[in-house]
Amino acid sequence: MRQSPTDSHSTTGSPSPHHHDGPSRPRGGSGPGSRPRRLPLPPLVLGLALVLAGSVVCGVGLGAAGIAWADVVRFLWAGGTGGSVRAADVAAYTIVWEIRLPRVVLGAVVGAGLAAVGVAVQAMVRNALADPFVLGISSGAAVGANAVILLGAFAGLGVWALSVSAFGSALLAMALVYGVARSGTGLTPLRLVLTGTALAYGFEAVTTVMVFGAARGEAARAAMMWLLGSLGGATWAQVPIAAATVVAGWIWLRARAEALNALAMGDETSAALGVRPERLRRELFVVTAAVTGTVVAVSGAVGFVGLMVPHVVRMVVGADHRRVLAVAPLVGAVLLVWADVLSRLLLAPAELPVGVITAVVGVPVFLLLMRRGGYAFGGR
Amino acid sequence: MRTDGVRGDGVKENGVRGMVPGGPEAGADGLGGGAGVPLGIEGVSVEVAGRRIVEDVRLAVDGGTLVGLVGPNGSGKSTLLRCVYRALRPASGVVRIGGDDAHALPAREAARRLAALPQESASEFDFTVAEVVGMGRLPHRERTAAGDREICAGAMARTGVAHLADRGFLGLSGGEKQRVLIARALAQRPRVLVLDEPTNHLDVAHQLDVLSLVRDSGLTVLAALHDLNLAAAYCDVLYVLDGGRVVASGAPHDVLRPELLAEVFGVRAHPVRHPGTGAVQLLFDRLPRSTDTRTTSRHPAAFPRPHSPSRP
Repeated sequence: MRQSPTDSHSTTGSPSPHHHDGPSRPRGGSGPGSRPRRLPLPPLVLGLALVLAGSVVCGVGLGAAGIAWADVVRFLWAGGTGGSVRAADVAAYTIVWEIRLPRVVLGAVVGAGLAAVGVAVQAMVRNALADPFVLGISSGAAVGANAVILLGAFAGLGVWALSVSAFGSALLAMALVYGVARSGTGLTPLRLVLTGTALAYGFEAVTTVMVFGAARGEAARAAMMWLLGSLGGATWAQVPIAAATVVAGWIWLRARAEALNALAMGDETSAALGVRPERLRRELFVVTAAVTGTVVAVSGAVGFVGLMVPHVVRMVVGADHRRVLAVAPLVGAVLLVWADVLSRLLLAPAELPVGVITAVVGVPVFLLLMRRGGYAFGGR
Repeated sequence: MRTDGVRGDGVKENGVRGMVPGGPEAGADGLGGGAGVPLGIEGVSVEVAGRRIVEDVRLAVDGGTLVGLVGPNGSGKSTLLRCVYRALRPASGVVRIGGDDAHALPAREAARRLAALPQESASEFDFTVAEVVGMGRLPHRERTAAGDREICAGAMARTGVAHLADRGFLGLSGGEKQRVLIARALAQRPRVLVLDEPTNHLDVAHQLDVLSLVRDSGLTVLAALHDLNLAAAYCDVLYVLDGGRVVASGAPHDVLRPELLAEVFGVRAHPVRHPGTGAVQLLFDRLPRSTDTRTTSRHPAAFPRPHSPSRP
């Protein structure tokens, strides 16, 4: 679609020996070989922000307990402006403001965080298959989370036990992966991916032993729910920390978007462009691990968002990280808000893990987009 | 040069002949572009994973000249260049860009003075040509989007890739890619350009084209080259690297002598003069049949290989 068929033979990188036509054949800038003009960024970001706002309202309005849309909007307004509601509405107001809204907001935060981290990790290890979980952080977090769910560890921390334990073990996993992957030449992409993947298997083995050893079936179910990701435990108390971490991580990454471009071109190119690749990769590792650990601590390991959203966004806005990092978190947020709505509604009153929805909805959309554009990692 | 004739109309206007050193484009915006400054490599040794690859190399590139680095595979050319564009640190010695120690400068400051075309082209990210060229502006602080656009447009026009601006980089031919990467280097507004095998995988027209582009840029250029005849045709000075050491240097006709080529490359060569330019060119004998291979025809005793882990 974006490229004329005659050019497709040279996409492998090494030109064929008979390819003499490079400088000799003038090509018009608007000819069949050039890609369509990209959407200008500000309207795209603004539009996505509006879609996100609408999605949040819809996410709050849709649920097992039927609440009229007018009431939903009224309660949101009352909650946001410090207004008051009638005594008869308190039950419905509580559902909207204390149960649904924090859940929807947390979903948006988690989706944005996973998408932003996915973009960063794919550039950091220059691997199209990388996602926020490839570094083993989430598998490490799962050990801590399941120690709480299955073994009742850290009971003294009360409602915070799960998040604190998950985040703590994510940090331990991060230190372990970092220590093992580090070598004389710094953190190389291959060592990072291999170390993260290998240690993830180890962490998953520990989690599996705990799940099999659990006496109570309900606990194993809760563990499964966590492993596939769920926003069911969302409370307002979790939102500020998660949101602050994700926003701070996003700002940090966005400020380094051009350096990420250089890093994506290769370590030697980035060195020649004045970006020190080892240092940037080290910083990226810490930032992405911290955001991943925080996100996973409140939602479990929601799969596929961090892998798919960066690719989908690149198909639309190109590979430039300044554009990708502006758009991807919004797309991730919208996606997860709607995935969570479906996870609540499909089998209501029972809930599906949100990771199941992201996969069921995301896989076909992703494959369709990929086939249509002949996409290969931002390319064709 | 022949390449002028084969180019399309859009390219001809901005072809390499328009790139006179110190011409109207050079440094016109006062952003640091302009004539090249000298590059000095002073007693540089480089170790990779504990192995000494480059041993006490001394090399000088005068401002605005094109110096070629030749030598057999594994002689340390790429490693030395990596050290020059700061992808590696020297174990000892100093790289000087116009007098300043390159490794003592902040990374961005060094990148404003020296641009490089590394050999790697492994990226799978499909940036557009305009985006790739725009990366050349990365080391410059206090820039404006309009100023960046203008400089990048100028760089793309100089290398004849302006018409490719919206194309994906990965979909280009090898010759187009090199021109785009040279445009990126020019957009960096450096004084020194380092090229690692810039003519690899290119047909002969594109090889001549790339070297003409960089020679006429007016910058100080240090290029590792495999093709000795290209090196002889374009370089002001050649350095021959073997086993990580400089074994000869000087004008091409002084360096490319049959004895040296036999010792370093293990080939029999006959220097001739180009009927038009007078530049030295080499004719090579075919190697004897398999009984006497290249390795046995070399003279290892004459050139002890410092590749072995022994250290000085």
